[in-house]
Amino acid sequence: MALSVRFERRATTPLGLRVIVLSLAVVLGAFAGGLLVQASGYSALTAFSAILEGSFGGTYPISQTLAAAIPLATIALGTAVAFRVQLWNIGGEGQFYMGAFGATAVELIGGPAGWPAIVLLPAMMVGGFVAGAGWALLPGWLRAWHGVNEIITTLMLNYVAVLWVNYLVYGPWKDPAGRNFPFSPRFPDSATFSRFGEGQLHVGIWVPVVAAIVLVLVLARTRWGYELRVVGENAEAARYAGINVRSTMLTAMLVSGGMAGLAGMVQVAGIIHLLNGQLSTNYGYTAIIVAWLARLHPLAVLVVSVLFGALVNGGFAVSQVGIPQALGGVLQGMILFFVLGIGDLFTRYRLRIVSLPSTVTAAAARGTST
Amino acid sequence: MAAPRPHRSEEAVALVGIAKAFPGVVANKDVDFSARWGEVHALLGENGAGKTTLMSILAGLYRPDAGQILIDGEAVTFHAPGEAIRHGVGMVYQHYRLVASQTVAENLLLGLPGVPFRLNAGRFIREARELSERYQLQIDPSRPVWQLSVGEQQRVEILKTLQRGATILILDEPTAVLTPQESEDLMRTLRQIAAEGRTVILISHKLEEVRGVADRVSVLRGGSMVSAGLPIGALSARDLARLMVGEDVPSLRQEEQVARAGGTRLLLQDVCARDTRDLPALTDVSLEIAVGEILGVAGVAGNGQRELAQVVTGLRRLTAGQISLDGRDISHASARTMVRLGVAHIPEDRLGEGLIGNLPLTDNAVLKSYDRPPLSFGPLLQVQRVVGFTRTLIERFGIRGARPDSLTRLLSGGQLQRLLLAREMALNPKVIVAVHPTRGLDVAATQQVQEWLVESAREKLASVLLISEDLDEVLQLSDRIAVLYEGRIVGCMPARGADRGQIGLMMAGAANVAAGVS
Repeated sequence: MALSVRFERRATTPLGLRVIVLSLAVVLGAFAGGLLVQASGYSALTAFSAILEGSFGGTYPISQTLAAAIPLATIALGTAVAFRVQLWNIGGEGQFYMGAFGATAVELIGGPAGWPAIVLLPAMMVGGFVAGAGWALLPGWLRAWHGVNEIITTLMLNYVAVLWVNYLVYGPWKDPAGRNFPFSPRFPDSATFSRFGEGQLHVGIWVPVVAAIVLVLVLARTRWGYELRVVGENAEAARYAGINVRSTMLTAMLVSGGMAGLAGMVQVAGIIHLLNGQLSTNYGYTAIIVAWLARLHPLAVLVVSVLFGALVNGGFAVSQVGIPQALGGVLQGMILFFVLGIGDLFTRYRLRIVSLPSTVTAAAARGTST
Repeated sequence: MAAPRPHRSEEAVALVGIAKAFPGVVANKDVDFSARWGEVHALLGENGAGKTTLMSILAGLYRPDAGQILIDGEAVTFHAPGEAIRHGVGMVYQHYRLVASQTVAENLLLGLPGVPFRLNAGRFIREARELSERYQLQIDPSRPVWQLSVGEQQRVEILKTLQRGATILILDEPTAVLTPQESEDLMRTLRQIAAEGRTVILISHKLEEVRGVADRVSVLRGGSMVSAGLPIGALSARDLARLMVGEDVPSLRQEEQVARAGGTRLLLQDVCARDTRDLPALTDVSLEIAVGEILGVAGVAGNGQRELAQVVTGLRRLTAGQISLDGRDISHASARTMVRLGVAHIPEDRLGEGLIGNLPLTDNAVLKSYDRPPLSFGPLLQVQRVVGFTRTLIERFGIRGARPDSLTRLLSGGQLQRLLLAREMALNPKVIVAVHPTRGLDVAATQQVQEWLVESAREKLASVLLISEDLDEVLQLSDRIAVLYEGRIVGCMPARGADRGQIGLMMAGAANVAAGVS
């Protein structure tokens, strides 16, 4: 008997298995990354304990981790909606900036006019959502009606959005009292989310939580959610059923951009309290990975965002114990590689060990009669 | 092209104890098969019997879970089709693997072993021309593939396989897409290839074809070999059918085909439409279907059937003409309007168009009715009712083994079609457009589907537009038959007393002027 190992596609993947495989992938990735850190002459153990300390080791690190997760989660929820209809919205970054711009525009009207927080903050949220959605409108329309590749258009518009915000804070919106630094006037208290806990954690954390719950309900229990499912899985069947594929795509794109815009609003109102040209450390791009790892499920997006928030803060912490921050990045990269690559492979395929009958004997025993 | 080398064994191919399972399906169990040099060997079986899987294993596309492959007496293991072709095994699949934008010659060169980096295309083209003449596979090597008919593309595939030195040629249901005349030519070519000492293995489920061309026949049923290598001369068509189906062939139900008293339900007047490539697909098509009538449309695939179904279901715009339903003009109605007016549609591509494989049964069951009460109110979907509705369909239409939350793609072909029909019949349709409704189904499912269609017409007075390339089916179910050729209706006649030969000629475009052209 000869043994042979082969990959086999799974018909279905149970949820429990997915959780186990992904957890194992994180551990393996950390181990592989640790080897690299060790090989570079630093202590892997020190690095790990720094990451753990820096992300979950106490109320301050935890609140920083959660604060970092807020923009990731909010953008990723929108990314997931677009991805569900096979629209590859890579423009989260630009839509995030435009959302911050939209929110600031509202603040510049409502703040000086003395609107109370209860009016101003919701108005800013609307402003952020509309501006983000508006930024996704053009790529969405071009894609749905003219078949223009949305990956390219959304990506290109990212640069335009960042430059636009920079133009504003270097020019018309520059704070006259800001000693020539490129940022807008500081928001009044009525335009900011209140903080709680020890770090930067603010009440804006409820935005992604509420949005995720709403999204779960909308996806499962509305006609629009149903249409998204059908268009996403089989646009041909959607057309066959009389679903308007174009408008479904466009609305998905608008919601996706709107969520990123909302994230931009939450970031300026919750963390930065003004508008400047360095709002994001690639949140819009990281959110793509978050959405993908969460398999486009809104509640999973929340969990994965917190893990990514931890990785971001852990990276900072590594540099504070004398290990180059680049090695922190290597660790993150290895973990991601294992989770995305290997973890994904094993959730979709299974390894099977099969025995092949020894060829000669089988053939001899049966003969080759007709 | 070198002459086949002397053989070590009388047997070109021997498969021993082959087993192959896919997730949820056992395609082959313990199959023994052998074919000799110089014969045409038919592999007969119903759809889903495991014929294509078995031959794909021989051609190196799949690896068996167990078992042994012997080529000319030598044990071999293939990891890829390229290795099989080096051993002289070549397969022509049902779906051709040609590059549409390239010429025939370029397609022949593609993947050919021994093509030098610096092309000497002339030599290969000469070789191709010689081969095509020798086997009467007329083809012009300089024409781009997209201009070729399906039959011509098939010839390119066969040439490609021969040019790569195939001594064992496998064809997967090659006549499914051919006109009767083209089929005849092909059979002659296959006989000639075998006469030169090569082996031809012909996968088929057409009894007459097998009896006409093969020397021996092996029959697969449900993944197992029920009889291997029987000489064809000793078997009647009835014997073959019994082997294939495993029971006496159910006698065809002779429905009483009475002229309908009801008025006209669906009327097409001079309808023209273009296909996806913007070429004319339908030209001046005029048809009339009465209440409770089944109109069969016969024709070889690719003569406008797809477009005809699409214009009637609102999926394709007319460029001229008019369609009306119960006297109301619906020429420019959307697909959704058509659904609401009671036009049901059984598309040819079940999982590609009619159903969504990656979604559960619930989402598929409500595809045509999710957007209105009682399944939704305003923007809200009534999830409980959706599940209840799905459960009702499963029970009423006997979709065995399925639950509302099962993934649809895990159903068998027959179950899929039952689900699709169940959904469409739940619309209480006035018109049913059924395209190849029984293609790929086993005997039981075929019978069920046909019964449902007849029942809808006879009892619920639906008007059925039955588009099928299975002439038997068209003859058996229809009240009247129209023949579609190159986008035109070339003949229309009552099914009772229709002349099969005459219809065959019309399908092949050989008889434009036939009795009773509408």
